[in-house]
Amino acid sequence: MTLQFNDETFRDDYSFHNSERAIKRFPFPFDKDSYMYVVNMEQHRGGPSDSIYEMRFDVDEHYVSEMRDRAMVLADDPLRCQSLPHMTLAGWDLLELIMVSKSEDYPDLFQLHRDGDKWHWINKPLGIDDHFTFMDETTLPYGPMEYITRQTQGDFCVLDQRDDNLWMDAGTITTQADWSLDFDIGMNFFEWHAPVPLAHEKGIFVRALKFLLNIQQGAPARRLNWTMTVNPLLDTSPENYHKWGIQKTSLTPENIGAKQHLRVELQTFFRLPRSNALVFPIRCYLCAFQDIVSVPKWGRRLHRVIRDLPEELATYKGFIDNRPMMLDYLSKFDDGQDTSNGIWPELDSEPPLKT
Amino acid sequence: MSGAEKIAVRVTEVTPLNDLVTRFRFEPVDGGLLPTFSGGAHTVVEMQDGAITRLNPYSLMSDPFDQSAYTISVRRDDEGRGGSLFMHKSVSVGDEMVISNPVNLFSLDLRAKKHLMIAGGIGITPFLAQIKQLDRAHGNWELHYACRSQALGSYVDYLTDTHPNDVNVYYDDQDQAIDLENLTDRQPLGTHIYVCGPKGMINWVRAKSTDLGWPREAIHYEEFLAPQPGKPFEVKLAVSNKVIQVGEQESLLEAIERAGVDAPYLCRGGACGMCETRVIDYTGNFIHRDHWLEDDEHASGEKIMPCVSRFEGKTLVLDR
Repeated sequence: MTLQFNDETFRDDYSFHNSERAIKRFPFPFDKDSYMYVVNMEQHRGGPSDSIYEMRFDVDEHYVSEMRDRAMVLADDPLRCQSLPHMTLAGWDLLELIMVSKSEDYPDLFQLHRDGDKWHWINKPLGIDDHFTFMDETTLPYGPMEYITRQTQGDFCVLDQRDDNLWMDAGTITTQADWSLDFDIGMNFFEWHAPVPLAHEKGIFVRALKFLLNIQQGAPARRLNWTMTVNPLLDTSPENYHKWGIQKTSLTPENIGAKQHLRVELQTFFRLPRSNALVFPIRCYLCAFQDIVSVPKWGRRLHRVIRDLPEELATYKGFIDNRPMMLDYLSKFDDGQDTSNGIWPELDSEPPLKT
Repeated sequence: MSGAEKIAVRVTEVTPLNDLVTRFRFEPVDGGLLPTFSGGAHTVVEMQDGAITRLNPYSLMSDPFDQSAYTISVRRDDEGRGGSLFMHKSVSVGDEMVISNPVNLFSLDLRAKKHLMIAGGIGITPFLAQIKQLDRAHGNWELHYACRSQALGSYVDYLTDTHPNDVNVYYDDQDQAIDLENLTDRQPLGTHIYVCGPKGMINWVRAKSTDLGWPREAIHYEEFLAPQPGKPFEVKLAVSNKVIQVGEQESLLEAIERAGVDAPYLCRGGACGMCETRVIDYTGNFIHRDHWLEDDEHASGEKIMPCVSRFEGKTLVLDR
């Protein structure tokens, strides 16, 4: 597979777009026609060929443009990347994990040559060719976590594990669904999840934490999460809410198919060996409603999920005001036919839309 | 268990250290590299003892950054169920064994300004790896190590040779004892205490340091419980619809595994919580031995840790 990288933007003129291939591999997050929180973890050990689950760190057509957007966010607001002093070892762990994974999974794009602690890293898509000494910060232009996360799609929370809890003690967060690293830094698992409705009452976080504390070396896990974003914005941060929040009022029945995006996070969890920290990559995938409904099964299902979602969740996810307009649009793609279980598009077996 | 792949290793050295302790060196069978780990981690070693599969956790004591080999030290327990005896009597150089990926339930708190380590007997092993990790990072640490006698002081010479200023050794048979009150009193702010050794020592350090006003978060301990033998009992596994017999010399977890039922685990020593199992019905008494469940959970009759706890009575039905 040769990858063509899009030249596109996630701001201003929003030239972001998904190719046919990208639409087919979009991680549609609903495995049935309704949605409620569950501890939906599974092992992250590969997946169907060319799916976003196949590789440890998925690299897709948006890679180069996403990294350019990240650099812009960091230039405007350096506090989007922070690492408390005790987290440097975990940063090296993360750098090693990503470099080893990418060079093994995408040998035509990334190469890593190691001679003891003398490392040579080649990132062809970004034109990077660096020699450095592993575990010597002075040989890199940034700290190890910042260096490698400027070259890897997705946000990265690096969580310290102690006192039977996880602590948000480092991260690079520029593509977030309205939460702030600068606000959450140093918080524990329950503290940073405090704003989430309904899940606490259902005991979700107690069980999720127990699961995460026991994630082992060599046995990473994953889940999907989702929300809604108007315009293909990666940076929907509280820091910039004044810039993007207002855009939610720009939807019209005419532009909703192009402007309204389903935002899906592939969340993975890896135990970091040298530090015993946990890294929590949150990879954001965006897909416009008009592209989602090109898959008949997804069009039917998205309508049903959005229609039946509890009000608290639609409010928390920030689209309660636009829900009626969304449903007007989506209902045209729901002909009432049954849908098959699972998230995959099933283009060959699902019937086309009855008109 | 569900989880990471196991690692196939070959025993490349068996080194008796004294009357009780023998060191084993494992290298990967495929000639590749072992995963790095963090100081304080353990591995679960699988032993094929005739028809019985034994799974015992042992702290990794080698340099966490050394990917060519792992080493563990095993203290022979003549009263135990046989895992350590198997290692001492039946394992020799050239044997192939299977071990788990490293798991750390006793990791360093890397925020600490200083690491104060207190070891008793074979409890020294996790500290050997932590010291190597800290030395590489120029960490500040101090070790206080209590042994029964000079003859049984595993790694005393190595430690005092390499770190004469940071290692303090106490011999029971010479009536030497750690003066915990003075020791903790002179530590700088931001010090964390780590203790690994016999149960009595762990309880003493935890209680004393708590009395002296140390915060709970600054006291770290690790004690692997070995499952204790007990009277045989019968268990019904409701999910898999099986009735199993737990023998005198095996744990409930081992009996569940022997029946082909997958039960998750990490430490097999009552500490990690992974194998926590819901009790559906019972008539009889639990013999809880774990550190995981709270006292009220023990009393509730609703949960059991099958790695170390047992049951005496008529009926036990578990959610497995």
